[in-house]
Amino acid sequence: MTNAVIAGYVRSPFTPARKGALAKVRPDDLAAQVVKGLVEKTGIDPNAIEDLILGCAFPEGEQGFNVARLITFIAGLPRSVGGVTVNRFCGSSMQSIHQAAGAIAIGAGDVFICAGVESMTRVPMMGFNPLPNPELYKAMPEAYMGMGDTAENVAAKYSLTRADQEAFAVESHKRAASAQAAGKFTDEIIPIQTKDGVVSEDGCIRAETTAEGLADLKPAFKADGVVTAGTSSPLTDGASAVLVCSEEYAAKNGLTPIARIKSVAVDGCLPEIMGIGPIGASKKALSRAGLTSADIDVTELNEAFSSQAMASISDLGLDGAKVNIDGGALAIGHPLGATGARIVGKAAAILKRDGGKYALASQCIGGGQGIATILEAM
Amino acid sequence: MTTIKQVAVIGAGVMGAGIAAHIANSGTPVLLLDIVPEGAKNRNAVAEGAVAKMLKTDPAPFMSKRVAKLITCGNIEDDLDKIAKCDWVIEAVIERLDIKQDLYRKIDAVRAKGSVVSSNTSTIPLATLIDGMDESFAQDFIITHFFNPPRYMRLLELVGSGVTRDGVIDAVADFADRKLGKTCVTCHDEPGFIANRLGVYWIQAAMVEAMDRKLTVEEADSVIGRPFGIPKTGVFGLMDLVGLDLMPHVQSSMAGLLGKSDPFHAIYRESELVSKLISDGYTGRKGKGGFYRLNREGGQKVKESVDLQTGEFAKSEKARLGSVRAAGKDPRKMMEASDKGGQYGRAVMGKTLAYAAFIAEAAANSIVDVDDAMKLGYAWKTGPFELIDAIGVDALISMLEEDGVEVPALLKKAAGKSFYKVKDGELYYLGFDGEYAKVTRPDGVILLEDIKRKSERVAGNRAASLWDIGDGVACLEFHTKMNALDSDVLGAIKTSIRTVKKQFKAMVIYNEGSNFSAGANLGLALFAANIAAWPEIENLVETGQETYKALKYSPFPVVGAPSGLALGGGCEVLLHCDAVQAHGETYIGLVEPGVGLIPAWGGCKEMIRRWAENPKFVKGPMAPSAKAFEIISVATVAKSAMEAKENLFFRETDGITMNRNRLLADAKERALSMVDGYEAPEEFTYRLPGEAARVAFEMAVDGFHRLGKATDYDRVVAGELAKVLAGGDTDVTEELSEDDILELEREGFMRLVRNEGTMARVEHMLLTGKPLRN
Repeated sequence: MTNAVIAGYVRSPFTPARKGALAKVRPDDLAAQVVKGLVEKTGIDPNAIEDLILGCAFPEGEQGFNVARLITFIAGLPRSVGGVTVNRFCGSSMQSIHQAAGAIAIGAGDVFICAGVESMTRVPMMGFNPLPNPELYKAMPEAYMGMGDTAENVAAKYSLTRADQEAFAVESHKRAASAQAAGKFTDEIIPIQTKDGVVSEDGCIRAETTAEGLADLKPAFKADGVVTAGTSSPLTDGASAVLVCSEEYAAKNGLTPIARIKSVAVDGCLPEIMGIGPIGASKKALSRAGLTSADIDVTELNEAFSSQAMASISDLGLDGAKVNIDGGALAIGHPLGATGARIVGKAAAILKRDGGKYALASQCIGGGQGIATILEAM
Repeated sequence: MTTIKQVAVIGAGVMGAGIAAHIANSGTPVLLLDIVPEGAKNRNAVAEGAVAKMLKTDPAPFMSKRVAKLITCGNIEDDLDKIAKCDWVIEAVIERLDIKQDLYRKIDAVRAKGSVVSSNTSTIPLATLIDGMDESFAQDFIITHFFNPPRYMRLLELVGSGVTRDGVIDAVADFADRKLGKTCVTCHDEPGFIANRLGVYWIQAAMVEAMDRKLTVEEADSVIGRPFGIPKTGVFGLMDLVGLDLMPHVQSSMAGLLGKSDPFHAIYRESELVSKLISDGYTGRKGKGGFYRLNREGGQKVKESVDLQTGEFAKSEKARLGSVRAAGKDPRKMMEASDKGGQYGRAVMGKTLAYAAFIAEAAANSIVDVDDAMKLGYAWKTGPFELIDAIGVDALISMLEEDGVEVPALLKKAAGKSFYKVKDGELYYLGFDGEYAKVTRPDGVILLEDIKRKSERVAGNRAASLWDIGDGVACLEFHTKMNALDSDVLGAIKTSIRTVKKQFKAMVIYNEGSNFSAGANLGLALFAANIAAWPEIENLVETGQETYKALKYSPFPVVGAPSGLALGGGCEVLLHCDAVQAHGETYIGLVEPGVGLIPAWGGCKEMIRRWAENPKFVKGPMAPSAKAFEIISVATVAKSAMEAKENLFFRETDGITMNRNRLLADAKERALSMVDGYEAPEEFTYRLPGEAARVAFEMAVDGFHRLGKATDYDRVVAGELAKVLAGGDTDVTEELSEDDILELEREGFMRLVRNEGTMARVEHMLLTGKPLRN
């Protein structure tokens, strides 16, 4: 079996949907700039790229057609580079990395760009024409349950108080703000050209977030609920991309591998508590790598909601101090299709930057799934 | 004549900012400047803050949030030179002569040659403002006195001087008339001009008399209200609205400016009670309250009012004066009543009307202008001279004589006559010379009121009439209470379709009520439901559907011309017109869910079609229905014609008329423009998603229900609406006709009307005027 490595990671700034600086940028243009930035930054020979595997949670409208193929054109990649759009909702671009690793393992190519994009401004969550199956809805309404409601369910199941969830969110903003101030995102961000100028800064992070401020917010999903807009990840516009190639190719072609993909997993769970998805998926991936959570030095766990992130951290027995050390999605934002590649790339980058042996990246997925990737330092 | 294309407003206080917002409403770019606050980081903070605040104000100064972009904010230190591009500069700064004149000199140094400069002053005479200024400035300078809030108050008082250049007043008046929708009244350079001169006197008289005669504020407001065609806020409620703190300033400035013989001095005195209220923070609704307040102690809202004798607040007691009830809307009856209400009404309004006659010649060009000023600046239903006619000139004279009030010369001139009279279908008014002159309308204005005076209706019944408005155009007028729709209105529409087909080229649906139509007559519906007259109700629904459809497919163009409310069935009739020419102040919506119903006169059908046909909107089987559901399920009401276009209650091509008085003429012109080659629209074929959409809508409503934003019964009503907008149990491969959708509307409506939840909503609405949240 051929090993796959992460040999580059970039992303666009993440900015709030509708009000943010990227609201007027088409998602295909946004992703193309990020992909182009990755090619330039890593120095990869574009002719060597087998495929652009792009994750997107609502691949319609400006994210429609086969947007991955179109992005290869916009990004100026050679016509020989393929393009495939994959959808596993929030896990889409982590899935694209898994597909690349699988392809490399069976000798179906050496070099892949694994990217993700979501303009939550320009393509609404649920899409433009949501048409649920009436029979399925009758038999199993939770199949279509809104994400906020699942976050409430997880909070109830794990007895998570509103105040604890808010403290978690405040910490996320604090970490993200200090990382931002320390320039820790500069390396990974590709400045985006827009009609109104260049955008190079994240827009969702709020250094001034306080527990008192969050305590004033109304419940966002249920009148007597404990989940608010402050303990939910914001609707975000953004794109991300990682370069995945065989270890051998990287060595022969002077690329700098950041981390090796050690194991991957997906795991289904009950849709009404989809937020606990990372638990099952991470356990599977750990076991496939022959590791336990105690072996993990770096964790990037997507914060779709405070409640699900807290439940996952505690169930997996992770050390909170090592999870999302540069802040998580509550602060940075969660452009659905782009998050997976961001957190895998970020986990690899932190492993390299701060040292350690193993990193875990994991996230929950609407409809009741989790996805996880274990990386090994090189 | 200067054409005004760009305007500057200096002073971003409540008036200045409100004027700027309304100029933006007209589509005109406007520069808004104010001072640089001391030590400010943002030098434009004052103007920008004013715009930000207005975006949140209700009632909204902007007709659409989008027009706020037409305002460029700045400050007078850095940006004054930008007024060089403006055709009209409006000064709305603090009422201090030195500050104003200093500003004028700065303006004069940079303004474009021939531009107009005006002041929004309400207390400083024009002669004083231009005293010592360059002649070229004085020639271009006038007073333009707006009323608060500038978007909603239709009066604009204009004051020129002997040196005003020809064309200056005309340029502003034309812009204000056509673009801002104002009725311009030219006033003489007299203190308070017309409306405030009389208004301040009236308020002072009402306050003093109420205190002296020991009336409660509720009693006073009930007398000086409906019986005289005055808004129910009366005088004390009005002062709360305007702000108590303004009154002493305005009154003392008036006292200072008016000549010694002016009757104002006889009633003017400073009120200790008002001073105390102001110093205690009771400055009116903007403060803790005024003469009325809401006491929130103990978590409950209790309406309280102040005792005019003791100054103490106590629970507000509804006034129960027999004289008010007996008078109804008859001012003479009110003044002749012998109880304290009658005596009070007679004392206040007798003096006030006498004062109107006293000031008219000095302050105005005609009594018509005085009447317009009070109707449009103080929202009186009838002007003072119209009121005098309603009371009777001779009756008023004898009342005044009995009460020892001096009878003014103008009133004596009218003795044995009236101030207005109709001759040969034309309206005349009594001139200051004692001769009658014809009431003239500005060029291009057509009023149904005038047409009705000189012609017979072509067709009609108790509920609606068809009028010939010339050039082959007919006008269908509703005239029920609130212009509510019932089977007689529907009958009149059907008759009109037949008549217009034979005798006319086009039809306009228009009336001159305060509201185009408040919707179907709910009282009748409730009555029918209470006696379980289900077939009759279903028949009415069906008749409405047929009638509106016939209107839509009639062989001649139909133009709807609404102003004010156009709700429920009133909205649906407009949705079936070929085009709409709407007054800017039109408030339209399909509000049926508020009373537990769904639109069933084709409202659902038309809204889906409009969104499906909108080329700018997302494609797909779900999107148009989803948008219609989003708008109707929460009973969205557009708060202006501009907003109505955003919701597609109106089409992008529909017209907006800013001036209420020009609406009929514009609608007629639009109708005529459609006559040549007119073809009725083609029937629309619907392709809807069916069950899947219904499920998606239910999921959305359930989410709002969990959040506490939708009630139990909202789910029931929204469920029925969802069925209609989804296309029932259709499949996306199937096509539905307009009649199929109408049938779904009717079925859903009938299920709801039989539901107790709906009846409870209807009953509650009829009793309280507010929706029941069951």
